[in-house]
Amino acid sequence: MATAELQAPALREYPVIPILARDAMAGSKPFVASDKINEAIGFPGKLVENWREKAIGKMGELLDKYRGLRVFLDACVHCGACTDKCHYFLGTGDPKNMPVARQDLFRKVYRRYFTLAGKLVPRLVGAEDLTEEVLDDWYKYFNQCSECRRCSVYCPYGIDTAEITMAAKEVMDSIGMGQKYTNEIIGKVHKIGNNLGLPGPALRNTLETLAEEVKEDTGIDVRFPVDEKGAEVLVVTPSADFFAEPHVFSLVGYAKVFHAAGIRWTMSSHASEAGNFGLFIGSYDQMKRIALRVREAALELGVKRIVVGECGHAWRVAYSFWNTLIGPFDFLDPRYPAPQHICELTWDLVQRGAIAFDREKNDARVVTFHDSCNVARGSGMGGIPRGQFIIPREIIRAACNHFHDMAPETIHEHTFCCGGGGGLLTDELLELRVKGALPRMEALKRVVDEHGVNFMATICAICKAQFSKVLPYYQFDMGMVGGVHQLVGDAIRLGRND
Amino acid sequence: MSAITILYAALFYAATAVLVAGLALKIAQYARTPAPLKIPTTPAPATRAGVAWRMLREVALFESLFRANKWIWLFGWAFHVALALVLARHLRYFQEPVWGVVEITQPFGIYAGFAMLASLAGLWARRFVVERIRYISTYSDHLMLALLAGIAASGLAMKYVSRTDIVAVKAFMLGLMAFDWQPLPADPVLLVHLALVAALMAVFPASKLLHAPGVFFSPTRNQADDPRERRHVTAWAQE
Repeated sequence: MATAELQAPALREYPVIPILARDAMAGSKPFVASDKINEAIGFPGKLVENWREKAIGKMGELLDKYRGLRVFLDACVHCGACTDKCHYFLGTGDPKNMPVARQDLFRKVYRRYFTLAGKLVPRLVGAEDLTEEVLDDWYKYFNQCSECRRCSVYCPYGIDTAEITMAAKEVMDSIGMGQKYTNEIIGKVHKIGNNLGLPGPALRNTLETLAEEVKEDTGIDVRFPVDEKGAEVLVVTPSADFFAEPHVFSLVGYAKVFHAAGIRWTMSSHASEAGNFGLFIGSYDQMKRIALRVREAALELGVKRIVVGECGHAWRVAYSFWNTLIGPFDFLDPRYPAPQHICELTWDLVQRGAIAFDREKNDARVVTFHDSCNVARGSGMGGIPRGQFIIPREIIRAACNHFHDMAPETIHEHTFCCGGGGGLLTDELLELRVKGALPRMEALKRVVDEHGVNFMATICAICKAQFSKVLPYYQFDMGMVGGVHQLVGDAIRLGRND
Repeated sequence: MSAITILYAALFYAATAVLVAGLALKIAQYARTPAPLKIPTTPAPATRAGVAWRMLREVALFESLFRANKWIWLFGWAFHVALALVLARHLRYFQEPVWGVVEITQPFGIYAGFAMLASLAGLWARRFVVERIRYISTYSDHLMLALLAGIAASGLAMKYVSRTDIVAVKAFMLGLMAFDWQPLPADPVLLVHLALVAALMAVFPASKLLHAPGVFFSPTRNQADDPRERRHVTAWAQE
């Protein structure tokens, strides 16, 4: 739906809940994956003949495998607490973007085929057959959920729409209705090692150039090592960090931290990607296979610690799922959390006085921090309650003189998705992405107006890419967004080892 | 023994059987189904004790709902507290002698009956007045409210409009429990009240009332935030 004259919604001083605009986003859907893409990762190439039976069968399988899904489908009372919590609803007004309505697209089919009431009196309980129209709605509206889990924070039963979206995507993948963007990327990770499809030699080349640039800037030989056996730390970071702006500035930041602290580190060409799109399509199997590369790389390189770079969903998978998927990590140094977030590592060094900053180098910046949803609602940091909110902000305060938080109802676990998460960061969904960013843009506008904020730091590659694209639609400069380690890199004192 | 007594005795045995067996099956199903991944939602406590405390706040105070929407919280919480008090008041029909605690709840139970009706009216009004909630409401959502409102209204009617022989009602209930059947007064309001209660019991395990056991099994609420410290493994996920 990307049209040349795409208009962002107007920013309002006092955001209100929109009135319903039925089918406002009925035209928004991502490209369906080609048979080649689907088959490469083990899914049927195109819509199978007996798709209805297959889909119902898959639903039954998932209901037996995931307690969450079963409970979430049964427990909803239609109280309405979630109806105004989704950024896509707030930005589009389409009622099917209300979390409960999105869930109901799946729930009505569950009721029809798996509950007594739905079999006996379908109309009474809102149960419906799985028809082509329903499947079409699934494809559209489960691809308008970024799996950010904001609704789950407010649900009295903790119903997590992301789990239902993931189940729906899994069902659709199983009948050949895979989504191009996510499935193509999963294929690339397996074939080449990272989401961007950057092969080993190109990676080395890129990093050499980067080292030269840093040398020019600082006069110091900051290293960007790849596949160095015997390094203490393996850093796994989103592949956008290797060359895309502003991501790459954070990679420079990590490198400077390791340089200043004197820690031997390495990246891996085998696991040159922290991102794990298996999460987005709800595939346990894919998630595990993608994560396994990291374990293999760590064992092969003989590292003692694994550190994850600035990537939101990757950190959720690493923090919450790696131990289950690819653990135990008994081969790593038990004195450090496994895995560790780059912010945990940096903050630890700051506290121990191992690194220090010249804060005034960031004085041109007035900084705010965007909590990324997967970090905020699906992970932790530092082994302390709310560490994932405290630690990045403490790092920013250590590296910058000017910091202002956005409104409390838009940060921490209440944070709004950037609008591009969950496998929706693709051009054909641009209208959705622009509109979905509205709540965040409104919160940003307030701190821009009140405090002169000119930099929004975040620790997620998808957030960075999404904001770079979307900020201009709201009359902000695309360069306003960047990583926390971009700020770190610009202010850290180097030369300790000289 | 009148036909009505036999009918209602049978009705309550059937409703109780459906409620108990249906709930037991659902709870067993929830308990048996694995939760392969750690998916607690922030703010998630790091320990089991913390989880118990969180769950207690959730079921006693509706903490998440309070953060979401004050109106829904007000009506929803008031309704559930009122319902609990009303149920406590009704325990006297099932015990002889009546426990001291149950006696204490008697006067509150009456106020609670009104509070229940008022909060149900609030919840119901939202289904008409608020466009978003009108959109998501199904017939069964309205029917459930009608059922509960009917129970509350008929109950209050027996107190204030058309009184029934509650001594005989108690004898009927105690008789049901002892399989020593006693006659049930044939007052229309009482019969409506009891029929609606039996209907509520029967639909419980096949309806959204499953939110009651469901909340305890919700992984986003009942899991501790300790994935790095403790390896979480379930059967199928290890293949």
